[in-house]
Amino acid sequence: MSGHLTYQPQNAFMQWMERRLPIAGLVYSSFVVYPTPRNLNYWWTFGGILSFMLGVQIITGVVLAMHYTANVDLAFNSVEQIMRDVNYGWLLRYLHANGASMFFLAAYIHMFRGMYYGSYKEPREVLWILGVILLLLMIMTGFMGYVLPWGQMSFWAATVITNLFSAIPLVGESIVTWLWGGFSVGNPTLKRFYSLHYLLPFVIAGVVVLHVWALHMVGQNNPTGIEPKTDRDTVAFTPYATIKDGFFMVVFCILFAWFVFYIPNFLGHPDNYIPANPAVTPTHIVPEWYYLPFYAILRAIPNKLLGVIALGASIVILAFLPWLDTSKVRSARYRPLYRQFFWTFVIVCIGLGWLGSKPPEGNYVLFARIFTVYYFAYFLVILPLLGKIEKTKPLPNSIAESVLLEGKPIGAPAPPPPLAKA
Amino acid sequence: MSGAGGSRGRLHAGKFTQPAQARLQAARSLRKLVAGGLTEQERDRTVTTMSSAEPTRRDFLYIATASVAAVGAAAALVPLIAQMNPDASTIAAGAPIEVDLTPIADGQVIKVFWRGKPIYVNHRTKKQIEEAENVDVAKLPDPQPDSARVKPGHSQWQVLIGICTHLGCIPIAHQGPYDGYFCPCHGSIYDTSGRIRQGPAPLNLALPPYEFVSDTKIRIG
Amino acid sequence: MVIARTLALAAALAAFTAPARAQEHDTATPPMNKWSFAGPFGKYDRGQLQRGFKVYREVCQVCHGLKLVAFRTLAEPGGPGFTTAQAAAIAAEYQVPAEPDDQGEVKPRPARLADYFPPPFPNEQAARARYNAVPPDLSVIAKARGYERGFPRWVGDMFTQYQEQGVDYITALLQGYQDSPPAGVTLPPGNFYNKYFPGHGIAMPPPLTDQRVEYTDGAPMTVEQYAKDISAFLMWTAEPHLEARKRIGMQVVIFLIVLSGLLYFTKKKVWHEVKLHPEKLTPRPPTEYPRT
Repeated sequence: MSGHLTYQPQNAFMQWMERRLPIAGLVYSSFVVYPTPRNLNYWWTFGGILSFMLGVQIITGVVLAMHYTANVDLAFNSVEQIMRDVNYGWLLRYLHANGASMFFLAAYIHMFRGMYYGSYKEPREVLWILGVILLLLMIMTGFMGYVLPWGQMSFWAATVITNLFSAIPLVGESIVTWLWGGFSVGNPTLKRFYSLHYLLPFVIAGVVVLHVWALHMVGQNNPTGIEPKTDRDTVAFTPYATIKDGFFMVVFCILFAWFVFYIPNFLGHPDNYIPANPAVTPTHIVPEWYYLPFYAILRAIPNKLLGVIALGASIVILAFLPWLDTSKVRSARYRPLYRQFFWTFVIVCIGLGWLGSKPPEGNYVLFARIFTVYYFAYFLVILPLLGKIEKTKPLPNSIAESVLLEGKPIGAPAPPPPLAKA
Repeated sequence: MSGAGGSRGRLHAGKFTQPAQARLQAARSLRKLVAGGLTEQERDRTVTTMSSAEPTRRDFLYIATASVAAVGAAAALVPLIAQMNPDASTIAAGAPIEVDLTPIADGQVIKVFWRGKPIYVNHRTKKQIEEAENVDVAKLPDPQPDSARVKPGHSQWQVLIGICTHLGCIPIAHQGPYDGYFCPCHGSIYDTSGRIRQGPAPLNLALPPYEFVSDTKIRIG
Repeated sequence: MVIARTLALAAALAAFTAPARAQEHDTATPPMNKWSFAGPFGKYDRGQLQRGFKVYREVCQVCHGLKLVAFRTLAEPGGPGFTTAQAAAIAAEYQVPAEPDDQGEVKPRPARLADYFPPPFPNEQAARARYNAVPPDLSVIAKARGYERGFPRWVGDMFTQYQEQGVDYITALLQGYQDSPPAGVTLPPGNFYNKYFPGHGIAMPPPLTDQRVEYTDGAPMTVEQYAKDISAFLMWTAEPHLEARKRIGMQVVIFLIVLSGLLYFTKKKVWHEVKLHPEKLTPRPPTEYPRT
């Protein structure tokens, strides 16, 4: 913008306020005049969608907490009371349950976008790592939330996942007892899960603030992977990104509404409508769909401790991505070989998810192992090698140029420009 | 950034007709509201799309979108606020209750609960009824004749909400100089009609909604 | 590499054929029925719900409870459509424990609208002693049961809104009894053979026979009709607000489509100049970058 990048309050009250607590100025510089690459596509809306979904989950969650009772004898019935008696209780419950699925769907797409366009590369490493931390917090929050209705799956998922910690040598059993607050999953476990499930979303909100702060320090990545060079490469966040994000967020809400109103139990498991019974194990214990890939990796390894380590490693390895990928070119748009492996990786993740829903027998186990190998090989072998050996396509000279000429560079192909040192 | 639109805005400003210019100003002030206060210069520069052909249609689109979004936001608030209203089971639990009067002996008071509140059902003796009726109503702190506090033809039945009108304690029945009610918290004294006579309470004991479904049964609520 | 992607796809397809080997049972797949409450405009058939309720009362409630259902809900909109007076009369036919009297004794009293269906047995141990099994409570059973749809049917289900796995399963189960198990299959003592029950040995004896419950509205008094009616009733006990949910859903989805359309055109308008004349964006001196 050729004018002021800072907020200039006009009326007296705002001037008074700005001097004391410059929130309006912060909002103005961060979300109004903030320079945004002009070529962002709709994959970039998922960050905003995630913030929106966090708000939805917190609001519906706080409201549900007014009616829920965290006690093993009362929890299941309190949820049913919400569904039957509380005004719009069925809506709030279905919003919250399906909202968790939408939250994870958006998060995975958001991450795949980052992986495709190299958004984790220098100088966005900390931004990416904060994102991995957010994913871990989301996984913990979702897991504890699922236990609260105290259905069969709630109870047995809690049992299986907390039992994983017993794989830790020496202190494993003590840790599990400590987690349970007893000798098996029971009332103390449910109560503490409720407390932490209420707490963690606010921790997530705090880390989101850090995440957006880290983002604003370095600016958005964009489909070309080239940093903006001039004013022609960017537009003001408001109204351009605001309206584009607003539109796509509403489209996403249509998908959300479709699940909430028409197929609210599609993503769930019927067994969770059976009250928890510690004496009866369900035939197939399965987590919610968003945990299935990790579940498949866990079960693919025949050794209990190594399986747990693989489960943890499959998430933690993401944090090292900025250094594992050695390519100097950010965006997959200009990395044709990388693209092939990337899409294979996406198929492998989906395949692992499907396999996680199947009983661990026969061919299912074989393919889970093959896919797990690819999953780790992608990070540890393929990406480090690719950066060294692949031939990238020539990069455009600037974002504006790529938009102008639809990606074709002017004149002779320019070599990839060196990435600016931090 | 939005400098592009701004420069175009300055170029085009002179080409607009009077009404279009007025609408332009309106759109600008709208944006000023959004942007949170800009100088005249900045406003010119931050003006974005400037379709010289049809500013009306553009404004209408923005206004329509904003109004529809506002309606959506308001509708989204409804369930969040409604869920705090009493739910169906609470309303059902607060449904009218029927009390059988036959087991209540002459001079006996029973206490039932309705909507979480204690209700006294007092089978008054003849003496208590006389004392309640022979009172100079005008001299009472909260003037009310006894006839207004019973159902016609059933003056031996006194149905009251047993919550002291001072600060909400439950008064004890058959206590005090009037053989009425006495509140132990701050010493309010009520008569056999439940009217305040002495003490800090400002009003007579309240009456719940009730009716006689038969001579021996009342429905409270 | 095209090879890598082809391999991955081939592996995936091969995995899909694995199910035949991985399944222990050959449980029959319940046939899909037409339900009045299915689909985006689904509504309960009041007559069917009342018939189903009659089946529950005359056949099922001896063993199965309905403890999450309050009598007052029988008169709620979107349900079987009884009047408040009828619901109160139905409630009065049941006995529930009263508040302890002056001696501390708990005597039974007729149920009121606010009460819930009383359980047929005081606790699980009593049920097990009587039936050798614990008959499950039926309040949410239509949502607590289902069957594997398999890929790619579950993809299609997202679009057709198929949510009736539970009721299809229950309807099939009630009609799925066979007098004797097929050759080579032995059942635990006391169990009955059922085509649709996982493991085939179910502790519940076949509850329905033709003419067992009298219908006064002309509906056929067959096992098939009873099965459908009770399943529909159980869908209502599980999802009493289904009609409101779908009605509000229609309003919400239409609203969102309208809003997204408006936002789309607003977005196009806002971006118009930038898209039309991208080269005219004013270049800013490069000293403005980096941002910090």
